[in-house]
Amino acid sequence: MHPSPSVIIFTALSGLGFGLLVFLGLKMPDVTGVLAFIFFVIGFGLAVGGLISSTFHLGRPERSLKAFKQWRSSWLSREAIAAVFTLSVMAVYAIGRIFFDYDIRILGVVGAIMSIVTVFTTSMIYAQLKSIPRWNTKLTPAYFLSLSLAGGALLAGQITFCLLLLLISGIIQLLVWIKGDRALALSGTTIESGTGLGTIGRVRAFEPPHTGTNYLLKEFVHIVGRKHSAKLRIIALILMIGTPILLLSLSFSHFLAALSVISHISGLFISRWLFFAEAEHVVGLYYGKR
Amino acid sequence: MTTLPEKTERKLGLVIDLDTCVGCHACVISCKGWNTENYGSPLADVDAYGENPVGTFLNRVHSYEVTPDEGTSQLVHFPKSCLHCEDAPCVTVCPTGASYKRSEDGIVLVNESDCIGCGLCAWACPYGAREMDGIEKVMKKCTLCVDRIYNENLEPEDQIPSCVRTCPAGARHFGDFNDPDSQVNKLVLERGGMDLMPEQQTKPVNKYLPPRPKDTLGEIDILAPLLKPVAEKPDTFIGWLNKQLDKI
Repeated sequence: MHPSPSVIIFTALSGLGFGLLVFLGLKMPDVTGVLAFIFFVIGFGLAVGGLISSTFHLGRPERSLKAFKQWRSSWLSREAIAAVFTLSVMAVYAIGRIFFDYDIRILGVVGAIMSIVTVFTTSMIYAQLKSIPRWNTKLTPAYFLSLSLAGGALLAGQITFCLLLLLISGIIQLLVWIKGDRALALSGTTIESGTGLGTIGRVRAFEPPHTGTNYLLKEFVHIVGRKHSAKLRIIALILMIGTPILLLSLSFSHFLAALSVISHISGLFISRWLFFAEAEHVVGLYYGKR
Repeated sequence: MTTLPEKTERKLGLVIDLDTCVGCHACVISCKGWNTENYGSPLADVDAYGENPVGTFLNRVHSYEVTPDEGTSQLVHFPKSCLHCEDAPCVTVCPTGASYKRSEDGIVLVNESDCIGCGLCAWACPYGAREMDGIEKVMKKCTLCVDRIYNENLEPEDQIPSCVRTCPAGARHFGDFNDPDSQVNKLVLERGGMDLMPEQQTKPVNKYLPPRPKDTLGEIDILAPLLKPVAEKPDTFIGWLNKQLDKI
């Protein structure tokens, strides 16, 4: 898949933002006034910023309001609704915490649960796609949710939770890569099944339909970046998981925490880039590519 | 509505004969022509006369080399367009309802004025049947020439999809798969029509007919040119004439 910056930024930042909102909704940390304001600004900034970034991916962003209609069948529609609902609930909750030192518990809890639901709906946009075997697994929601919560805990300064969640995220990330590398082969979709010519013999793409490129090749066949995937995986794991665990285990200081956040987010962007760049769409098989 | 109809009254689609297709790309061109000049926004060509032209097409012809375990390879031309699947994954993912499958005839269409160009339907399609238009930024796909097949202003023989009408080899057939007596159903039965990527569980309506086994010449005696002519005593008119002329 083409690793489009708008989608990478969207999934990474909104994941972090909603992760932070989970902890804020559960009063971890229990903050009010200016401190609460800062925390909520970061949470909303990341979540909303991510969502705005996602609209850059649209061909016709001016029509984006239409995307709220088809929640019965579409995960993208469900995500849009879940996100707006969560942000609205959280906004009321945040106003109470910041300006009135008042805790509307039910809104905090509902907001926290809905933040998790929102990240889940995001992950299902990818996990539902049979056409991309690497994503078509329960590991995809696990990957999005664990990293969202780990990042949220990190931003919320919940060190114990953060260490635990980072460890879980690291394990899930490894599983995502190990299982993902075999997903296309295990899916049973091949150029033979795609052409129906497997009963005659081995099939090889002889001539593409056109001499130039096309939308399908640009969007679905991304080969260049995969060359460095092994190196990038190690760098992602070190930055996203290893460094924050190490720094947070040393001792707590705001400097080390800030360093952990920067390291984690950098690693997260690499991990998310790999999530898209390494995903093979089966349409590539028709072009003799993957 | 992006939920799929449980059943469609008619099931319109194509049968594509991989045995007959000569790979001339006439269907590609006629499709591009018809669908640029008629229903919906035109199919864009970006940088058409420049160094890197990229166009939107609803139908493309691949060519594959197929090599059996024994014997020689063969070349198979392979036209590919929307298969109008019964379980169309492109429809259910659409957040706006722009993508839909018609309950009356099963055609999968895009309402372009509702399309936000998110591209998710193209991601969901395993066949690469949908392409984002390079200029209009909305999703384009085969309409089964919905503006021809019901168009009574056209001659009856023209009320079929443009690709089918154009194919000089007769490799494309259009019809209703719900009608057991339709030509397309007969072809599928007789020739073993197949689904593409059945494991993707999309239940494609369009079917592909596999290439027939190649002819073989049988044993050839290398001494054949040296053998006597088979018809030693011709008994045809020529033989009679030959005899009469000999007598003179």
